[in-house]
This record gives sequence, C-alpha cells and structure tokens, in this order.
Amino acid sequence: MTKVTMTVNGRSVAGDVEDRTLLVDFLRSNLGLTGTHVGCDTSQCGACVVHVDGRAVKSCTMLAVQASGADVTTIEGIGTPEALHPVQEAFRENHALQCGFCTPGMIMATVDLIKRKGTDLDEATVRHELDGNICRCTGYHNIVKAVLSAAEKMAGAKAAAE
Amino acid sequence: MYETTYHRPGSIAEAAAMLSKAADGKLLAGGQTLIPTMKQRLASPSDLVDIGGLAELQGITVGGGTVTIGAGTKHGEVAGSADVAAAIPALGALAEGIGDPHVRQMGTLGGSIANNDPAADYPAAVVGLGATVTTSKRTIAGDDFFTGMFETALDEGEIVTKVAFPVPAKAGYAKFPNPASRYAMVGVMVSKGTDGAVRVAVTGAGPCVFRVPAMEAALAANWSPAALDGIAVSAADLNADIHGSAEYRANLVTVMAKRAVAAAG
Ligand SMILES: Cc1cc2nc3c(=O)[nH]c(=O)nc-3n(C[C@H](O)[C@H](O)[C@H](O)COP(=O)(O)OP(=O)(O)OC[C@H]3O[C@@H](n4cnc5c(N)ncnc54)[C@H](O)[C@@H]3O)c2cc1C
Ligand code: FES
Ligand code: FES
Repeated sequence: MTKVTMTVNGRSVAGDVEDRTLLVDFLRSNLGLTGTHVGCDTSQCGACVVHVDGRAVKSCTMLAVQASGADVTTIEGIGTPEALHPVQEAFRENHALQCGFCTPGMIMATVDLIKRKGTDLDEATVRHELDGNICRCTGYHNIVKAVLSAAEKMAGAKAAAE
Repeated sequence: MYETTYHRPGSIAEAAAMLSKAADGKLLAGGQTLIPTMKQRLASPSDLVDIGGLAELQGITVGGGTVTIGAGTKHGEVAGSADVAAAIPALGALAEGIGDPHVRQMGTLGGSIANNDPAADYPAAVVGLGATVTTSKRTIAGDDFFTGMFETALDEGEIVTKVAFPVPAKAGYAKFPNPASRYAMVGVMVSKGTDGAVRVAVTGAGPCVFRVPAMEAALAANWSPAALDGIAVSAADLNADIHGSAEYRANLVTVMAKRAVAAAG
C-alpha cells in the first residue's frame, strides 16, 4: 500500500491505495465522489473525465499514485445545486442529457474546452473537441447547443464584469 | 490490472537506474497506451517508472532549421504550439488529430514512438520528415528507428529523450481516422526538404510505418496530387481487419497521399 495525498475540490485528502488503483476508483470508492462515472474499459468514452492540475484527463487511465500531490477537480467541485456552473445550467436549459450517464464527463470536458479555446467557438470546433466523450442517448445535437450556449453566456458574463 | 510497484524518479539517470533494478520494469509516460493495456491484462510490468513529470524531457525549441521536441512533451502541447505551427504546420496538425483532447493532454511523443503501434500517427512524422531520435544512449536516424509491429531499435532500458525534426520546404499530413478509436486506418506524411528530397511515409496500412519510393520519385519530378495518379502500393503485405481489407487500405494510401500533397500546397 502507498499513501497518496492530493487536493480534491479544494480539500486536502489522503488515503492508502495499492499502486495499481486507478484515480477514478480512488475518487469513487475511497472518497465517495461517485459523480465521476466509468462507462468503458477501453479509455474511449470520457464518462470519467476530471481535471488534474488544470488539465482534463480520463481518470480511468491514470493511477491514483500518479495524481499524488496534484490538484484534482471533479464534477462535485464546479457548482452547487443552488448555484450551478454556467455549463451545468446550459446542459439543463438545452436538454443536453437523457440518462445523464455521460453528463459529468461532458461537463468537465466542456469546462476544459472553454478554458483552452475561449468562448468564441463554432460548431465544428465543439464537435472535434468532444471526440473523447461518447453519449448513447442524445445524438449529441443538444450537447453541442449547450456547449455553444454556455460559451456565449460565459463570454457575456466576462464582458459585463469588465 | 495485475499488481505493480510505482516509482517516481527525479531525473533520466535515476529513471534508468530504477528500470535496471526492476525485475520486469516499464517506463510510464502519459499512460495512454500502457494503462489501457495493463487494464486488459495484456501487460503486467513488475514496476512502473513514471517519467511523465520529468522536466528534462519537456519542451519545444525551434532553431537552426530544426524543431526539437522533448520526449515527454504532450500531443496537446505540440498541437497548440505557435512555434510548431509556424515551422512545420503539418506536424501540429498531426498532433491535433491524435485521439481526443483528454488523450492529447496526457499522451507523449516519446511514448508514442517507443510503443510503435502500427496505427499511430507520430511514426509517419518521424519517417516522413526525416527526423532524428535521441535516447539516453545515442542518436538514431528516424529511418532506422521503427523495426516492425510494436518493435523499435531501442535496447532494453533505453529512454527516448527528444526528437529533432528538420524544417522542410513543404510538408502535409492526411489521415483517415478509424471513426471509433481515432487511430489511423491510413495516415500519410509527405515532405519536400530544403534540399529538394521528397519523403512519403505511410502509417496504419502495414505492420509498421513504411516509405513509398515510387511516389517519392513521382513527386520529386512533379510536386502535385495529380503526379500520384495511377501509383498504388501492393495490398500483399498490408493490414486487414474488421475495419477494412488490405485492398481498401492500399487504395486509401494513394487517396491520403494526394490529400497530403494538396494540404502541403
Ligand atoms: C482513446 C485513445 C485514442 C488514441 N488515439 C490515437 C491516435 O489517433 N493516434 C495515435 O498515434 N495514438 C493514439 N492513441 C495513443 C496515444 O497517442 C498515446 O499517448 C501514445 O501512444 C503513448 O504515449 P504515452 O505517453 O501515453 O505512453 P505510455 O502509455 O506511458 O507508454 C507507452 C509505451 O512506451 C514506453 N515509453 C514511454 N515513454 C518512453 C520513453 N521516453 N522512452 C522509451 N520508452 C518509453 C512505455 O514503457 C510503454 O511501453 C490513443 C490512445 C487512446 C487511449
Ligand atoms: S471510463 Fe470510459 S474513458 Fe474512462
Ligand atoms: S445522456 Fe445518456 S449517455 Fe449521454
């Protein structure tokens, strides 16, 4: 067993894990943060996306020991039921989910996408950037709409603040 | 996943020492190939030596007609680099087409070429641009680096440290991605060096990246997509699987080569 320490959603956490433990299992089983999902065993679906030191990564394709010392943000860390993150709000408003299984990964990927590419997005960019997130329900159309709408609202909020 | 023991070295030298002490140790860089393989129980290293965070392996430098990229540099950094886009836009475009954003934010150049998946993109760049690979022990010409399916010229415990890509006069990359995995069904890098030498390197189609001398000769005489009309590779040694027959891939090689020349301009 190896002791890992990291910051998760702003809180310092520690735990003893086997070296082969995946980050997603540490988050879900040790910390009880079950918002991060596991949708495949081939690193292809993106349901498990979290942010590690500011980068969106598949937490099923990283060991917990690799993330030791890192700053991790999960879907539980970006908004609250009373004050949703603008991306969460946009998914709700645009009916961008049906079963919701892919949604945590979609939202974490979208937050990362807007951080990297800015708020001036077009549909082709959004579709290319969502290559790593698979949805079995929606047909993606409303997800793309939600991402574009979130980007627009975040641009507006930024302009208003300036 | 089978049990394993994780190590985090502070330098390339320490990583090499840790590897040599391990019973069956493996380097871990971005983990985007190794961890999925371990999850499937197709690999079971006794020890993992994590070089993902080593500062010595990071970074992109452009100068003296060469783009040099540290082995630990992530695909996303190459794709997003203004220096790479200015010097060898085809290389940035190739990196932007690897997998998906999350894979690109973890996966590294060194891991990709050391693994030498027959459908990986970077081998086409290393051979198609005539790059040179530097390791912890020596330098290896790109043409000699890839030796077969998942096989390279690397010795046991040898660590790729950087790859130097000469800046060509023109280069283009075109890929037909497998729609599910994003890996190359066929990917072709074409380049014309500042000395006029032409390279055509194909990935995805065969067991290992290969050059197409007939296409290189045709493009040296006439740099245009039309120069490749009627030139095809033999399907005899190409890959065939549920995604496409060898004949289908052979046809794609010519189509992608023409698109790559068009992209190069
Ligand atoms: C969903 C998905 C889609 C993908 N799509 C594509 C694609 O379209 N095109 C593509 O080319 N690739 C694709 N990949 C693979 C990806 O590019 C990997 O990042 C890459 O192949 C391996 O790099 P890594 O840093 O993750 O290496 P790791 O997985 O950490 O290591 C891979 C191998 O290389 C060895 N190694 C690592 N670094 C070094 C080094 N410096 N010196 C010597 N040996 C080393 C390791 O020991 C291991 O054997 C995809 C992966 C996934 C999960
Ligand atoms: S669980 Fe499917 S990519 Fe991580
Ligand atoms: S909403 Fe069901 S998988 Fe996307």
